[in-house]
Amino acid sequence: MDLSAINPILLLASLMVAATPIILAAIGELVVERAGVLNLGVEGMMITGAVCGFVVAVGTNSPWLGFLGAAVGGAVLSLIFGFLTQFLLSNQVATGLALTLFGLGLSALMGQGYIGIKAPSFPDWHIPLLGDIPVIGPIVFQHDPMVYVGLAIVAGVWAFLKYSRAGLVLRAVGENHEAAHALGYHVVRVRMLAIMFGGACAGLGGAYLSLVRVPQWTEGMTAGAGWIALAIVVFASWRPGRLLLGAYLFGGVTVLQLNLQAAGAAIGVEYLSMAPYLATIAVLVIMRAGRAPGSLGQSFHASR
Amino acid sequence: MIMLEKRPQPSRGWTFATPVVAVLLTMFFGGLLFAALGQDPLVTIRTIFLDPLFSEFAWFYRPQLLIKGAPLVLIAIGLSFGFRAGIWNIGAEGQYIVGAICGAAVGLAFYPIESFIIFPLMIIAGALGGMAWAMIPGILRVRFGTNEILVSLMLVYVAEQLLASMALGALRNPDGMGFPGSRNLSQYDSAANLEIIAGSGMHWGVVTAFIAVILAYIALSRHIFGFNVRLSGQSPRAARFAGVNPGLLILVCMGISGALAGLAGLFEVAGPAGQISIDFNVGYGFTAIIVAFLGRLHPVGILLAGGLMALTYIGGEIAQSNLGLPIAAIQILQGMLLFFLLAVDVLTNYRITFGKGQKA
Repeated sequence: MDLSAINPILLLASLMVAATPIILAAIGELVVERAGVLNLGVEGMMITGAVCGFVVAVGTNSPWLGFLGAAVGGAVLSLIFGFLTQFLLSNQVATGLALTLFGLGLSALMGQGYIGIKAPSFPDWHIPLLGDIPVIGPIVFQHDPMVYVGLAIVAGVWAFLKYSRAGLVLRAVGENHEAAHALGYHVVRVRMLAIMFGGACAGLGGAYLSLVRVPQWTEGMTAGAGWIALAIVVFASWRPGRLLLGAYLFGGVTVLQLNLQAAGAAIGVEYLSMAPYLATIAVLVIMRAGRAPGSLGQSFHASR
Repeated sequence: MIMLEKRPQPSRGWTFATPVVAVLLTMFFGGLLFAALGQDPLVTIRTIFLDPLFSEFAWFYRPQLLIKGAPLVLIAIGLSFGFRAGIWNIGAEGQYIVGAICGAAVGLAFYPIESFIIFPLMIIAGALGGMAWAMIPGILRVRFGTNEILVSLMLVYVAEQLLASMALGALRNPDGMGFPGSRNLSQYDSAANLEIIAGSGMHWGVVTAFIAVILAYIALSRHIFGFNVRLSGQSPRAARFAGVNPGLLILVCMGISGALAGLAGLFEVAGPAGQISIDFNVGYGFTAIIVAFLGRLHPVGILLAGGLMALTYIGGEIAQSNLGLPIAAIQILQGMLLFFLLAVDVLTNYRITFGKGQKA
């Protein structure tokens, strides 16, 4: 094996790309969980977003419209989950699983005619001045726009939760829905909005896979990315800052194992491919999660 | 304004009625989906739900019902214990794969010796393999408080990679001219999971599934263990006061579901599938989750639900070859079934009232 073939600058640069779909999906789920809802359907919404984004992007030849379509697709799918859990008070774990199974089937059906087609290209930005800095420039400032959109969403969510009144209401609903209800906040409305935001973000994350990272449509292409996003929300103790750390850690492991595969490491390809999943488990074990939102996973029924 | 009013206790009538209503709703909306795909909805529904049982080729499809239903029932029975106690093992697919690998490895280790002891040993290895794989999330949950949903699911992807590695490496058929996949166990008499009555589809896995249903029924309704499981699910605090050790309960529930999933994998690899190959697993571990819920986590219900789900698999294949229906449509149908079940379930615990829109 030839380790000198691995370029550390390229490695770090591709780390940011590899982490982006996870960041997008995880930040959406973070908001959902802060509102007290556990949506295990991230994988299903991601793959639906991946196929919706791909179909729209190929149809319109515009990646930006593709991402828009993916966000809409993810949000619409999440409405099923929202309706079942918020209005029909179904079990959130079971409904989330159903959403994943349904999303996998739906995406396979929608993507039938699109296998083997290439997505319209989505060029990288070369940010003037900043992109010209040696070492840091290529790592941080020469990516496609969605990398920065993802970071902007994380920053936005952080500011929203920390400084805005609406963010405070959302957190109150998540911590204690009875108390929030007693104060006159609309628990179900807040949660429905959070669920839709989560669906839209998961859709964007999926579309990043099908439009930028792969960039093709294949069945089951998310390969557990939605579940890893869920794990990273737990790892992050429901805080946006730590979420970035977790996603980059995961991105690092993914990129490193891909590079080792390419460099012809003595370990089998299959065992290297296990690395991201094993790393996720290890992280879940080592990092003690902080306190989860108080009402996480509980149904809310306003009794008179 | 439509309001929900909580029932003092779950309605018994609706408990039995909801699965039936969910199936009917799925047939109706499934029909709409098929119509949208350009099929005749009535013909498609008939092909999926009735042709495997009553068409002129039904003699061919009926044994398939047992072959496809057995792993689903076996896995779902195991899952139902954990689900009742609020322990979410959703990585049965991984435990199914590892059970198959372990069982097949034991069988292949003896090749070509013929002995009656080999198949029982394989069964033990399959159960232990599945159990060991399920113990990982179980022990991590008990010892470190990690989320068993995420860990068990991550291990599915690890198991899939392990399967690929085994099919291409350690267990590859040395006489296979380099093709991936192990020796065919169904052609190795001592290791083959043969049909007990030829042509009936009745192999040892089917027998085991029936035994599992009976034992689970006894355990849940007549034994203190079943009581503890139900108590832990309904009120974890009360269970602790009653002396239930929550850690032990998690390990036992994970162990049972892992062992049964491992058994399902072993019976599949030694019988219908025949060999360890890269695409050995076909998602029984995930479909079994639907089966468990559709059967109301009750052994008899699971038996019926497993039969129904096997029917959609077989009917789906017929619809695929005869009508050109994409197989993904069946996956959607199965997902829809779970959605409708969860949706209709609201009627079990709540009563619908039509209030005058007074402010809650």
